[in-house]
Amino acid sequence: MGMTMTQKILAAHAGLERVAAGEYIEAKLDMVLGNDITAPVAIKEFEKMGGKEVFHKGKIALVPDHFAPNKDIKSAEQCKFMREFALAQEVDNYFEIGEMGIEHALLPEKGLVVAGDVVIGADSHTCTYGALGAFSTGVGSTDMAAAMVTGEAWFKVPSAIKFNLRGRPSKWVSGKDIILHIIGKIGVDGALYKSMEFVGDGIEHLTMDNRFTISNMAIEAGAKNGIFPVDQRTIEYIREHSHRDFQIYQADEDAKYDKVYNIDLSKIRPTVAFPHLPDNTRTIDEVGNIEIDQVVIGSCTNGRIEDLRAAAKVFKNKKVKKGLRAIIFPATQKIYLQAIEEGLISIFIEAGAAVSTPTCGPCLGGHMGVLAEGERCVATTNRNFVGRMGHATSEIYLASPAVAAASAIAGKIFNPEKIGGQGDEN
Amino acid sequence: MKTKGKVHKYGDNVDTDVIIPARYLSTGDAEELKRHCMEDIDKEFAARVEKGDIIVAGKNFGSGSSREHAPMAIKASGISCLIAESFARIFHRNSFNIGLPIIENQGLVKEIEKGDYVEIDFEKGSIFNITKNKTYKIQPYPEFVQRIIQSGGLGNYIKEKINE
Ligand code: SF4
Repeated sequence: MGMTMTQKILAAHAGLERVAAGEYIEAKLDMVLGNDITAPVAIKEFEKMGGKEVFHKGKIALVPDHFAPNKDIKSAEQCKFMREFALAQEVDNYFEIGEMGIEHALLPEKGLVVAGDVVIGADSHTCTYGALGAFSTGVGSTDMAAAMVTGEAWFKVPSAIKFNLRGRPSKWVSGKDIILHIIGKIGVDGALYKSMEFVGDGIEHLTMDNRFTISNMAIEAGAKNGIFPVDQRTIEYIREHSHRDFQIYQADEDAKYDKVYNIDLSKIRPTVAFPHLPDNTRTIDEVGNIEIDQVVIGSCTNGRIEDLRAAAKVFKNKKVKKGLRAIIFPATQKIYLQAIEEGLISIFIEAGAAVSTPTCGPCLGGHMGVLAEGERCVATTNRNFVGRMGHATSEIYLASPAVAAASAIAGKIFNPEKIGGQGDEN
Repeated sequence: MKTKGKVHKYGDNVDTDVIIPARYLSTGDAEELKRHCMEDIDKEFAARVEKGDIIVAGKNFGSGSSREHAPMAIKASGISCLIAESFARIFHRNSFNIGLPIIENQGLVKEIEKGDYVEIDFEKGSIFNITKNKTYKIQPYPEFVQRIIQSGGLGNYIKEKINE
């Protein structure tokens, strides 16, 4: 019996000819990631384990992004603790404020992950790099500590669900709408423990930024990873961002899948996930009249340049509804600069939106846009759980950057097709 | 290893943001975290929970973030075991990495009610519902997982590896 793409990558990193679903393996790691919340716990554990030196200075990435720039004294202490460890261990990939970004946008941009890699991160959205044809998955701090010591991690080899993507998505439909549609269909535990493997001729219509968004939210269906095959677009992206060699793995023809879904991208509508689960989805045509207090555009899901372009198209020559807060977070410094150069930031500020330095900030209710009791927010983030962005009675509606921008203008969840923005002309 | 306690019961998809909201993550101190454990869905939990108690829940327990602070907060609260229809995978991994026993079982969850007193014998693989006077069998952990648990969690397992 053949292997899935994920199984092939894992087998190669475990030094095995083949692996099968359910088997426990120990695999070599190409990158180990942590942030200012999870790394401090991992560093303490690293010391408890008797760790003296990290296994490889170039294969560890430490990114202060969650509560950074430091939101209070306690988070300042956490960032300081991580910074001191990074300096003492001479970790190459420690990114200070000013050069950092949200980890899952930053690592691919810095060329730290390429096709064929095995990556773990003490952050659940580490699955984002599946877009590059890598196996990457989120783990906890103890796993990160063990990995910093040994350069290895244990895995239970996952089985897979195949998503056969066909057709071309319509103009206002992005990676976000596609993944929300899929999660709405299979549920928040629809891919529990499994790989989501995306295949099909529809993929050629998906830009890398769209693919990052889709892989990013695989965890919202409970998946271990969400992986795309490597095509010309992937290769171009990797060549542009990295000097590292990469390896292309393909699923065997006779690989076994637990399930196969056929998804016609041309039929997907802009999609919104209502509180309090990402699978509670409705199409934009079914949302009704939901008035909102805040809009957040950014995060590791939708803070990339194309996301900002999509939002800017809608915001151009329009105004944020009076009394509504719109906050925009470019995901990395590079994206921020590019957005300035392309004039996007001017569009946002002229529209009346606030623009922030890269941070996770409001995505996890940290800072820079926390919600008060009963407030409603349309966010391009990935989780709408109870209390995620603030008060336990606040509500989060997950959407694409275009829907979020249209909603900021209308003051309620709104269809970007109906805004009549500049985007309608091209 | 044996444990005994009263049951706290929850539904499906209890996520890490309600187990321990991110607003409290500016510390990794379990004693501090436990004071806010479950507060967004069960305000009384921290006051009500006693050492040895057991959480029983529906499917996909621990979904969401990778924060190990979630099982840490539950463990520090005194919870001795979690039983759920299914667990989110990172939570699953984290729990036994830090030495918090979890049991995945679909039938059991319907049998055990809030407030029941339950005794679990991990070696024998049996659960005794004292309130209902009923005994259930449970599956032993896979061998690899047992090895990590026997070492007392992943930390010790790695320590032993370093010293080899
Ligand atoms: S942007 Fe949100 S989901 Fe992404 S890493 Fe930061 S907190 Fe996590």
